[in-house]
Amino acid sequence: MAAVTMPRMEAAAITLSVFMDWQAFWLTMRLAFSVTALLLIIGFPLAYWIAFSKWRWKFLVEAIVGLPIVLPPTVLGFYVLIALGQRSLFGRWWQSMTGHTLAFTFAGLVIGSVLYSLPFAVQPLAASFANVDSRLLAASAVLGVSKLQTFWRVIVPLSTSGLVTAMALTFAHTMGEFGVVLMVGGNIPGVTRTLSINIYDQVQDLNYSAANTTALVLGAIAFMLLSLVYSFNRRLWKVWPRI
Amino acid sequence: MVLKGIGFSRSVSRADQRGFSRWGAAVLKNPADNVIESAKPRLQGPTDPAVQVRIQKKREDAFELDVAFTIAQGITIIFGASGAGKTTLLDCIAGLTTPEWGHIAVGGRVLFDSDRGINLPVQNRRIGYVFQDLALFPHLSVKANVVYGLSGIHGQECEQRVHKALDTLSILPLRDRRPAQLSGGERQRVALARALVTEPSILLLDEPLAALDLPVRMKIADDLRCSIQNLPVPVLYVTHSRDEVFMLGERMLVLERGKIIAQGTPHEVLSAPRGETVAQLAGFENIFDAQVTAIHEERGTMTCRVGSTRFETAQVEIETPLVHAVQDAKLRVGISAGDVLLATSVPVGLSARNILPGRLLSLAQRDMIIVARVDCGVELSVHLTLGARDSLELVPGRQVWVIVKTHSCHLLAE
Repeated sequence: MAAVTMPRMEAAAITLSVFMDWQAFWLTMRLAFSVTALLLIIGFPLAYWIAFSKWRWKFLVEAIVGLPIVLPPTVLGFYVLIALGQRSLFGRWWQSMTGHTLAFTFAGLVIGSVLYSLPFAVQPLAASFANVDSRLLAASAVLGVSKLQTFWRVIVPLSTSGLVTAMALTFAHTMGEFGVVLMVGGNIPGVTRTLSINIYDQVQDLNYSAANTTALVLGAIAFMLLSLVYSFNRRLWKVWPRI
Repeated sequence: MVLKGIGFSRSVSRADQRGFSRWGAAVLKNPADNVIESAKPRLQGPTDPAVQVRIQKKREDAFELDVAFTIAQGITIIFGASGAGKTTLLDCIAGLTTPEWGHIAVGGRVLFDSDRGINLPVQNRRIGYVFQDLALFPHLSVKANVVYGLSGIHGQECEQRVHKALDTLSILPLRDRRPAQLSGGERQRVALARALVTEPSILLLDEPLAALDLPVRMKIADDLRCSIQNLPVPVLYVTHSRDEVFMLGERMLVLERGKIIAQGTPHEVLSAPRGETVAQLAGFENIFDAQVTAIHEERGTMTCRVGSTRFETAQVEIETPLVHAVQDAKLRVGISAGDVLLATSVPVGLSARNILPGRLLSLAQRDMIIVARVDCGVELSVHLTLGARDSLELVPGRQVWVIVKTHSCHLLAE
């Protein structure tokens, strides 16, 4: 079995290559930062609405936001590709405005990634917003403070753990996505070739040592981010040893 | 110095000097209260309605609040069991919940009027509300909590007002602490400072002492009384503790299942309770159905036949104070377990008019009190000290005589 799928594996143990595609690395970072920043801007109002709206059909919106968790990335990628391309109204409008399509560009990649990582930003935010004691919000209103001010002065400061979780999960999730990137962005060096695509290419070229390095870098960053989240939440649980 | 800014003689006359000086000039000097600031004699008498409330509010659990009252400046207690609608009433005044129908006005300003379509948003009502759980912002320091409501005020005036509020409530040294680092009493004062620094037109206090331990509660209740009793705004104080009622209240409203069933001074309301809930809250462990069998106008008493609500068979006659009732009228009688005496032989030469033979059913110790149950035709709870039990050698089954003064029998309306 192993001989069929991995012919070179038997020949030599996998080594670590010093080679690293820094262009793909920085592109991935740029993508992850952009998507995290955009999702904070979109996530705040959306999470606030999900946490506090009493609209009876709210669950439909929640289901749509959660969809990317269960959907195959290729399904989402396919529809984003269609929406960005010339077949859609939006795609045609964009092309008439800018002269080129969004598909297979960095901006298109950002749009696809924002949609794909939406639940990872919105759900932790909405959960921690809803978790803020409603009596504190009442106290703020009674003291004459507007809802928007209450959001910034009470809800956000008391939702730091949700904020850190949302940012770290969005960042890590965007960094590691593959299907959506491939569908929407293709594989253009310096434009849409991210680290996860890079690994795929390197394995296709049977360059296992380079793939190993790239995979280790991605794994290490993801581990650091998740450690940050858990250590932060742990501190808030008050089981952190007192100094 | 102390008297600066307090110009209304009404407060001076009844002021407890300590509470008076503690608030001093600190509170309430907004343009609307210029009368106070300019030290003119206050035109508004204590009976002028500072607050008018007439509302109906249905809750999802089929509970309905239906109240109408006016109150004057000073402390008014709202007394009732949990679930009577006390917090719902405060929330309606604060604007946190909207009544179906009614009218709410504070100091002449209409906050809510269903007929005229007025419903001021919470933010614009100028309410001081101290919540049951205090609702201090846990991420802010004491000072930041107090500053929180002063959004439109900046610079030196803001500093001064906060400093004064912290100082008058003696929490100035705690200004940099977080709420989690404060004791219950300190948190309480921070919540009060936060509400008062905004110069509200009414102060609402929702069981502010409920979260405190019993030993410190009375001490803090005293501090609280000093802090609030001379405020030139109406204070609505919600509680279900009779100790707090007698300690704080000049006037009280009794709320039962969403309705006001009694109002007046605490003494009037609790010493002559009308409803059964009040009677139980006021400390009547024994409540019996009674029927008037004879009226003695000249002696100011009546004879009533009482039967326990649980044991209809046995009945006994007792003498009670005279009330407006006719022969055979049905009433209820409340007797506090602490007002009943026990004797182990027939007592002679007593002024008490009700001496009933009975049998001791059980003795149970509750904290430092012995609760004895006696069958004397009706079943009666009696509170005794540990020493009384021991010296009388009381054991279940023993023959005893129960002694109740006429005026310890409180008649309640059905």
